[in-house]
Amino acid sequence: MTAVLEIAPFAILADLAYWQVTSIRAIAGLAAVLLVAGTLVYVHLFKLVSFMQSRLGPMEAGPYGSLQLLAETGKFLQKEDIIPRRADRFVFCTAPFVVLVSTFLLVVVLPAGPDAWFISNDLGIYLAMAVSSVSVIGILMAGWGSASKYSLIGGLRATGQLIAYELPLLLAVVGVVIQAETMNLQSIVLTQAEGEIFGWSGIGNPFILTQFLGFAIFMIALQAELTQTPFDMPVAESELVTGYMTEYSGLRFLLFFIGEFATAGVFSAIAAVLFLGGWYIPGLDAGSELFNVIGPLVLVGKVVLLSLLIFWFRFTFPRFREDQLQKLAWKYLIPLSLANIFVTAVLKVLW
Amino acid sequence: MSEFLRTYLTVGIFGLLGAGFVGALLGVSRILRPSRPTLDKTENYESGVDPVGNMWSQANIRYYVFALLFVLFDVEAVFIFPWAARLETYGLFGLVEMSIFIFILLLGLFYAWRKGMLRWI
Repeated sequence: MTAVLEIAPFAILADLAYWQVTSIRAIAGLAAVLLVAGTLVYVHLFKLVSFMQSRLGPMEAGPYGSLQLLAETGKFLQKEDIIPRRADRFVFCTAPFVVLVSTFLLVVVLPAGPDAWFISNDLGIYLAMAVSSVSVIGILMAGWGSASKYSLIGGLRATGQLIAYELPLLLAVVGVVIQAETMNLQSIVLTQAEGEIFGWSGIGNPFILTQFLGFAIFMIALQAELTQTPFDMPVAESELVTGYMTEYSGLRFLLFFIGEFATAGVFSAIAAVLFLGGWYIPGLDAGSELFNVIGPLVLVGKVVLLSLLIFWFRFTFPRFREDQLQKLAWKYLIPLSLANIFVTAVLKVLW
Repeated sequence: MSEFLRTYLTVGIFGLLGAGFVGALLGVSRILRPSRPTLDKTENYESGVDPVGNMWSQANIRYYVFALLFVLFDVEAVFIFPWAARLETYGLFGLVEMSIFIFILLLGLFYAWRKGMLRWI
């Protein structure tokens, strides 16, 4: 933090009060999330998937349709906001806030360089997991408050799915915590940067090598947490007409989508920090000042890579059945991730 | 103010600004969008026909069982994370203790499994 403040353009920040500096950084954080989420939607959802499915994708707005997202936002801003008269108005209107704020809070723990972080908390990853599970409440609120049968079923399905897959997501992280001996995300990055594979420290020790099972479980559970396609029964368009979002229209509908794709981006970033070494790339000293500049770019690069995986799965696999979904979580992923924890712990203690 | 509290104050400021951002978007939208609610428009969607009965219909008890199982394992996570971060300090003792703990929890999962609670239909 202090090191960043000494760089000339940021020197003015040093004179401001704590809350002013924090607000500026928070606005920057929000902008970063929205920009990355927008980029992911454009590059992956609009263009890449169009090529996968032999469609053109957006072509009209801007070069190669790159302004399509702005056009869509403008459209949604002008749409009428219809609130069903039987709905529980307060719950109905608060739900998008809960979902989006829980997503924004996830960004707080992410480190983007040796000095470029928002908070350096020893609870790090645990805080992120706790905050991310708040969005379940928002989705249940949306399902309940809409006072529609589709929404209620969709909301309950979503809750059942999100809590079932939150466990593998949590337990997959424990393996990394055991290896790094800390929950602080910054320290996890440094551990990977300074680690060595059987005495060879050429590329550090990204935990994807030793925790590959954990990584696989994390990505599968993440796919379910985002309600992306192999696990999209809560929003099943054909039977539940987008589930808990049925009654939402206009901007409120868009807010849920922003939440979904921002969560995809932020969780990809968390996965990148946990398993791919975060802002670190091999070849440079981890303490180097240069990482404050290229660190965020490296992180975004890894986010694009990991979210490519998410969208690739989304458009490759057909939807599970509801019973298969619960079976996969409770009978396979949770015992597997517990076994992963056990093996990692035994190796850590004995070796 | 201590560094510890400041950390959480930062989290709080983030949350407030996030909510403020959503509020601002809705505010902008309020200026731009039309508002002409009619009786048909504010009706609930039920595949295009008039909705029948109470909207807050009763749901399957199955979700309740999954929620209970979730609490079981979520509480486990509270204990398992600090242990994982300090495994080196506790060594073999910690490993054996945690194995017993996880074993008991797994027994609970296998009990539910055998009772057929994990079957959807």
